[in-house]
Amino acid sequence: MPRSNPLRRTRRISKESFRLVPLGDSAVTVEFGDEIDPLINARVVTFANTVVDQRWKGILDVVATYRSVTIHFDALRWKSSTLATRLKKLPRPSSTGISSGGSLHSIPVLYGGEWGPDLTDLATFAGLTPTETILLHTSIRYRVYMLGFSPGFPYLGLVPERLAMPRLSTPRTKVPAGSVGIADRQTGIYPSSTPGGWRLIGRTPIPLYRKTDSNPFLLKPGELVQFHSIDRATFDRLAGEYERAND
Amino acid sequence: MKPIRIHVAKPGWFSTVQDLGRYGYQQYGVPVAGAMDHYATIIANRLVGNRDNAAVLELTLKGPELDFEGDAHIAITGADLSPTIGGKSVPLWEGIEVSSGSRLCFGTAQRGARSYLAISGGIDVPLILGSRSTHCASETGGFKGRPLRRGDLLHTEQLRQSTEVSMGKRLPDQLIPCYEKSVRIRFIPGPQHNLFPATALTTLTNTSYTVTPESNRMGYRLTGPRIVRKGSEHFISDGTATGALQIPADGQPILLMADRQTTGGYPKIGCVITADLPLTAQLAPGDTITFSLTTLAKAQTTLLEQRALLDVALPQRRNFHKD
Repeated sequence: MPRSNPLRRTRRISKESFRLVPLGDSAVTVEFGDEIDPLINARVVTFANTVVDQRWKGILDVVATYRSVTIHFDALRWKSSTLATRLKKLPRPSSTGISSGGSLHSIPVLYGGEWGPDLTDLATFAGLTPTETILLHTSIRYRVYMLGFSPGFPYLGLVPERLAMPRLSTPRTKVPAGSVGIADRQTGIYPSSTPGGWRLIGRTPIPLYRKTDSNPFLLKPGELVQFHSIDRATFDRLAGEYERAND
Repeated sequence: MKPIRIHVAKPGWFSTVQDLGRYGYQQYGVPVAGAMDHYATIIANRLVGNRDNAAVLELTLKGPELDFEGDAHIAITGADLSPTIGGKSVPLWEGIEVSSGSRLCFGTAQRGARSYLAISGGIDVPLILGSRSTHCASETGGFKGRPLRRGDLLHTEQLRQSTEVSMGKRLPDQLIPCYEKSVRIRFIPGPQHNLFPATALTTLTNTSYTVTPESNRMGYRLTGPRIVRKGSEHFISDGTATGALQIPADGQPILLMADRQTTGGYPKIGCVITADLPLTAQLAPGDTITFSLTTLAKAQTTLLEQRALLDVALPQRRNFHKD
């Protein structure tokens, strides 16, 4: 018999339901779970798309995150409670019948050296050679769980336990654009040069965020990413091509 | 009014081009940015016959010196940065005419922190992801994605309608906010308030918190009695909102403002109500906040009332073309 403790507060949300919590008077967060889990995130992405598809006037933003959807609304047009009622009537995404992910992006990375200054530290942490570390990092199809931190920054997961090195204790003041990093079981790409504390293992020549494009962002939540290792010559060639395309 | 040019003779401490924010791209991690004080921005725009969302200049603590090339209608709202033209003081919360060749000089903040300068037609900068707002950290939008510098040249857009109807208008005194060094700010419990003991909300409301110098458009770091969580279970990043009160591990609240990141990993114990964000935007380092708890329903009513009063006193111009 499993022991149950009636005092233990249950925060788990059942598989088919969600919980609405006000985030101030101009946003509401719809929570689907309390963990980083591809099935929970799949329901998040499905629900976010459903909300967008309603084309309700006065909905300003629908933000899918690891385990919840935050809906920002014009508080002069919507009462939080009215929106909550409408949201509860939408079809509930179930964890069954959800495909394993959206389109797959293959992202070239020049690993190590000045492009990935923390690769050797990560290899030591993992007890692997740098080559084995790259092999392991490129062996996974990562899910784009969410975008955040800076425009176009994807939170990808899950990184194999062995590579799950924590952040730097002191973040770098400037991380070059295109840097690929690891923070615990997440891996990500810095679309623009920002401060950052993730362990940098390589760099991609592919732009993730192009401000002036009609379609400025390469990745969306729910899509898949697989990295592949490239050499210096390929990096330079691709970087040159993208620069020319942007002129 | 014809489009005019404005030369930046002195940039001031931190002057940026802002509208009411960049919505529609938060799901890609793009911060909303926009004016910190929407109330003052909307009023400034209405006083010169602009649409509410026209781009204005947000001037922080110490204002710029601007040379006008062309006649313009302007309005200055928000903090009093002692604006003058030719040594003569310029009234706030009022539509005024500025003739070509004038130099508009701002000083330092007497009351409040942020002043808004609307110019007939609105500041003409490229629309980036649907907005003219500057987000400096990501160098997005506004004037070259950065605060103004000496020698910058700004243009205004062609105003699509005559400003006659709005000129000479002044906001009624009772709608002009009073900026104090200590303010009472209302909030409602946040999505993670139950990660904190019940006493945490009492702590938050019983004493005042001071805005520290480590505060900017992204957020205000506050200092005061520590707010401590019940447990230490890992909190998974989720969506943030302007006005959210985040509690990091050191227990000192961070109040998220216009340039906030779209997602965050600190639990949010509360959220400042939208109607009180304009007052919050006018706080400077050293100013103090006393938080008071209200309800979601009251928050909504307060906002609607605030806007209804404004709409009576200074109606929004209709039939503008959408950008």
